[in-house]
Amino acid sequence: MSLLHYDFMVRALLGALLVGLTAPSVGVYLVQRRLALLGDGIGHIALTGVALGFLLSWAPVLTAVLVSAAGAVVIELIRARGRTSGDVALAVMFYGGIAGGVVLIGLSAGSTNVNLLAYLFGSLLTTTWTDLVVIAVLGTAVLAVTLLLRPWLFAVCHDEEYATVAGVPVRLLNLVLAVTAAVTVTVAMRVVGLLLVSALMVVPVATAQQVARGFLTTMLGGIGLGVVVALTGAVGSYYLDVPSGASIVVLAIAVFLVVTAGTAVLRRSRGAAAARETSVPTFGFDDENVVLDGRPADV
Amino acid sequence: MLVNTEPIVEVRDAVVAYDGRPALRGVDLTVYRGEVVAVLGANGSGKSTLVRTALGLTPLARGSVRLFGTPLDAFRERWRVGYVPQRLGAGSGVPATVLEVVRSGVLARRGFARLPRRGETLAIADALAAVGLADRGHEQVGTLSGGQQQRVLIARALAGAPELLVLDEPTAGVDVATQDVFAATIELLLERGVTILLVAHELGPMEPLVQRAVVLSGGRVVHDGPCPRPAGHHADPDHDHVHPHAPEERGATWIPTA
Repeated sequence: MSLLHYDFMVRALLGALLVGLTAPSVGVYLVQRRLALLGDGIGHIALTGVALGFLLSWAPVLTAVLVSAAGAVVIELIRARGRTSGDVALAVMFYGGIAGGVVLIGLSAGSTNVNLLAYLFGSLLTTTWTDLVVIAVLGTAVLAVTLLLRPWLFAVCHDEEYATVAGVPVRLLNLVLAVTAAVTVTVAMRVVGLLLVSALMVVPVATAQQVARGFLTTMLGGIGLGVVVALTGAVGSYYLDVPSGASIVVLAIAVFLVVTAGTAVLRRSRGAAAARETSVPTFGFDDENVVLDGRPADV
Repeated sequence: MLVNTEPIVEVRDAVVAYDGRPALRGVDLTVYRGEVVAVLGANGSGKSTLVRTALGLTPLARGSVRLFGTPLDAFRERWRVGYVPQRLGAGSGVPATVLEVVRSGVLARRGFARLPRRGETLAIADALAAVGLADRGHEQVGTLSGGQQQRVLIARALAGAPELLVLDEPTAGVDVATQDVFAATIELLLERGVTILLVAHELGPMEPLVQRAVVLSGGRVVHDGPCPRPAGHHADPDHDHVHPHAPEERGATWIPTA
């Protein structure tokens, strides 16, 4: 492929591959816990971290990891206490993260709005080899957690009380998951941008779970879809000259809509076929109902 | 009858309040090894709170809990306890198969961040067979009936081979097949010497298996002894088992027999 002759394109595709792998692997746990928007909140907070890096002339990726991980821990502690006021506290943190980031970037010398936009919406093509090494190390750590700790993370996300009784370290795992989500946000920010990170965590998983029966199949399906849309979207962003995050997320949502419509049509036609096959009424019992034509009957 | 005096669950003077509203007002409960004890009571009597407190899911305002002779705070041998919640919690945004849910049951014995132990696969298969779902392992839990989902939760607890099994309203609103599976499972566990503590609104087919009943009313123990006979409208064979889910139900549902 001639695109691979360009060094920047190789970097872009490697970055996209890493994000496509990591974001859905964390996202599946967040969706299972119904915390699909957690990544979005962490993305907001991470902007302050990026800006801090500009201001201190440190690598923005490192400051973003530190600030967003700290933010994720605070979010988890607020969530675990379960107070109604926690909702407002989270909103304050999220908007504070964005506003603080914009202010800090404005204060730092040599920064431009181009920089800000690159972090908000992704700019794969300006990703350096140093960025890529950091992304690769962090991404490997994320995958190690999400894949190796799957039995315990699944138990906690599926039924927290059962996990507590079974002696699974629930509080520790909740914190690990929050920090892992924060690291993923930082891994993904160069590729899809802080405002769109959450989409790549959630949308491939939401797509996969429409056709999958189980958790592992949803997770692997989400990762596979994540990789495909991240790579395709990255190439598309080059040809269309649009920010990579936007093209990747638009593509992911398009796939989601097609799969949703497809499964709906399939279910309807299956239902119709089943009705035709049983033209002679059948009658029997399942575990708890009288069944007529394969459906519970009112008797 | 062999009486074993080793206390498995000891709750002393338990006081629990939700947002200042008392749910338990000084409750004592002791369950000995090999016993089948039912905690009975109307909705809002505190029966679920009592077993949740015994498991450490609800914090005590006063009093103490010991499991297997160890104070709850220091109790680490979690594999000795199996728990069957009333139903699956809200945390099921992603589909899961029956096998995936039941597999969580072996984690207590495996320990955190450890490799799988020998015999886990067999324990999971046995647990599924015990609740009559041996061939349903790869189905999505969400597509099963309520009774079958309840059996999945029982299988999850059985997979850990616990010494104490705690069940929160295991037969509430489930089909007759599940109630029968359930009674058969309890019988099997009794043969293995498992201690059973269950919360129930009505005992149904489990009644012959229950050795002792603890009846709660308004957060206090009002009876601790043999199974009480259903009284009042509950004794009516045409009683339709419809209960208003009000925080307080007027009148005693269970009247002790001497």
